[in-house]
Amino acid sequence: MSGALIEIKDLNKKYALSSSFFSSQKRIIHAVKDIDLQIFKGETLGMVGESGCGKSTLARLITRLEEPSSGRINFKGEDVFLYDKQELKSYRRNVQIIFQDTYSSLNPRKSALNTIKEPLLIHRLNGKKEREEKALEIMAKVGLKKEQANRYSHEFSGGQRQRIGIARALVLNPELIIADEPVSSLDVSIQAQILNLLKDLKKDYNLTYLFISHDLNVIRYVSDRIAVMYLGKIVELAQNNDIYNRPLHPYTRMLLAAVPSCDPRKKKEIINIKGEARAENKEGCPFQNRCSYRVEICEKVEPNLEKYDEHSFCACHMAGSI
Amino acid sequence: MSLLLEIKDLKTAFDTAQGRINAVDGVSLKVNAGETMGIVGESGCGKTMLALSLMRLVPANGKVVNGEIFFSGKDLLKLSEEEMRAMRGSEISMVFQEPMTSLNPVFRVGEQIAEAIRLHQHLPAKQAMELSVEYLREVGIPDPQKRAMDYPHNFSGGMRQRVMIAMAMSCHPRLMLADEPTTALDVTIQAQILDLISGLKEKNNMAVVLITHDLGVIAQAAEKVAVMYAGKIVESSSVEKIFENPLHPYTQGLLESVPARCLKYLERGEYLKTIPGSVPGLYDFVQGCRFHDRCSYAMEDCARREPKLSEIEPGHFVSCWKTENGAFGKRALQTRCG
Repeated sequence: MSGALIEIKDLNKKYALSSSFFSSQKRIIHAVKDIDLQIFKGETLGMVGESGCGKSTLARLITRLEEPSSGRINFKGEDVFLYDKQELKSYRRNVQIIFQDTYSSLNPRKSALNTIKEPLLIHRLNGKKEREEKALEIMAKVGLKKEQANRYSHEFSGGQRQRIGIARALVLNPELIIADEPVSSLDVSIQAQILNLLKDLKKDYNLTYLFISHDLNVIRYVSDRIAVMYLGKIVELAQNNDIYNRPLHPYTRMLLAAVPSCDPRKKKEIINIKGEARAENKEGCPFQNRCSYRVEICEKVEPNLEKYDEHSFCACHMAGSI
Repeated sequence: MSLLLEIKDLKTAFDTAQGRINAVDGVSLKVNAGETMGIVGESGCGKTMLALSLMRLVPANGKVVNGEIFFSGKDLLKLSEEEMRAMRGSEISMVFQEPMTSLNPVFRVGEQIAEAIRLHQHLPAKQAMELSVEYLREVGIPDPQKRAMDYPHNFSGGMRQRVMIAMAMSCHPRLMLADEPTTALDVTIQAQILDLISGLKEKNNMAVVLITHDLGVIAQAAEKVAVMYAGKIVESSSVEKIFENPLHPYTQGLLESVPARCLKYLERGEYLKTIPGSVPGLYDFVQGCRFHDRCSYAMEDCARREPKLSEIEPGHFVSCWKTENGAFGKRALQTRCG
């Protein structure tokens, strides 16, 4: 690890929803809240949280598919939101995304080869013949056969479609790949194939991953560091082993307790898992209504993400004492 | 424990333009009263069609072409449509994966639960409504009196699934079919729903057929397990035996693909074990053992003859030529990460 590839500073994203047709009052959804985060070159940063916690919004902000309400994202020291059209294009060459839904993220009218070639065409890289060669080379790399090059996406299985998605992201030689739930829609035997492939590619192409998932088992397998998100905020950020062996935040504990263990003799106690992720607290800690360690201060003061030790950060008043 | 449900050689087929598909292909299964039977398999292996065949709700282009389904002694397939309708919801009920699409968006949830009570228990509307509030309370919905008057879109995913369970429980069925009841939910909500189902099961001595692709859910919630592959049961036993001594190569492969089980190895930077290839499509007819082209132990015979589900040790059924011939011995085929 050397130097931050991506540096996120005080990032906020709010969406306004009109609460009903007749009222002019707007409801504000704070999808991403005061996020400070660094992604270092060569690491896999796992991002975990329940649905609606802002994981995907953050991914879209990093790729500049969304504009933030406030805050900065620096890529190698340059503010990505100040990029002009040309700079943005070259930024996007370096930051690619793999999507969850393999049906809707591939164009049904394009063959596998054309799908993988398209980014090269858009970025006007190489000649026609070289593009074809490059695409075929990447296809082989992700485990697709040459004979499959001219098939359309509906002729592939879910796992193979995800391979196409990975190849398309890889063909531009990006530095950072944002994988947004890349294995969530796949069967477990296929999931393992894709996870191994991503691991290989990281080594071969010297990639950095931001790996987003709701599945703590998958996150544990792939990540170096893990960020836990809750209602738009990062509540804990630590090394992989620390998260699992020494969870600091009560929410991390709850998540870990909720994962069903694959050992039928170890039935889990689930007494402390209650409530749902809903922003119903006006002030104080957003997690207080589900937390079993709540004290007085939690109802008044919202905790910030603070340094706990060298590698760990936690947003909890009780961090370390529970 | 008494036998509640017995399925014998069930086949459900679909006639399509490309020919006949056997979605469920000769499944036999026994479920005792008050027991949780987990059915696990990857997508397209026929889990859901098995459940729909049990409810006699197979989509119009398909039908049950063979077999018998005995539910406390009666063959469900021989009942008239009228008798079957009386059975659904009162004796056997079903919880679906998608709680949004299985609730009617234009009726209040209280009314939807009350409808089932009115129809099956012939109670007046007011009393049915009171009972439905009671069930909402039982499944852990706060302020049930008020929430009963809300519409499905006012509920979160987890709450909707609770409503579905309240509805399924409302007539005290003896069997609940739960088809991926927690797949669309977050882990913390999943834990709550599984806990709710097992609590209700204990209280009412109800049997549960739990269909899922998630081995963790199976390990936590099921007592017996049947592993399905391409329309067939390839292994069935108690949950402990399946996880500690899996005998079918497919079951072993499934277990080894789960990252949580193999941490010891993964921490050393080793790779996850995988099953090569993917589940055969419904139109791809595989001769011999359905799994042979993905199986690392396949022999010549496997491609030619299809193995039958046979009892390898008491209560442990496996359909595999290798295990049957004793080639593995009883425990020789250990998974790496047991």
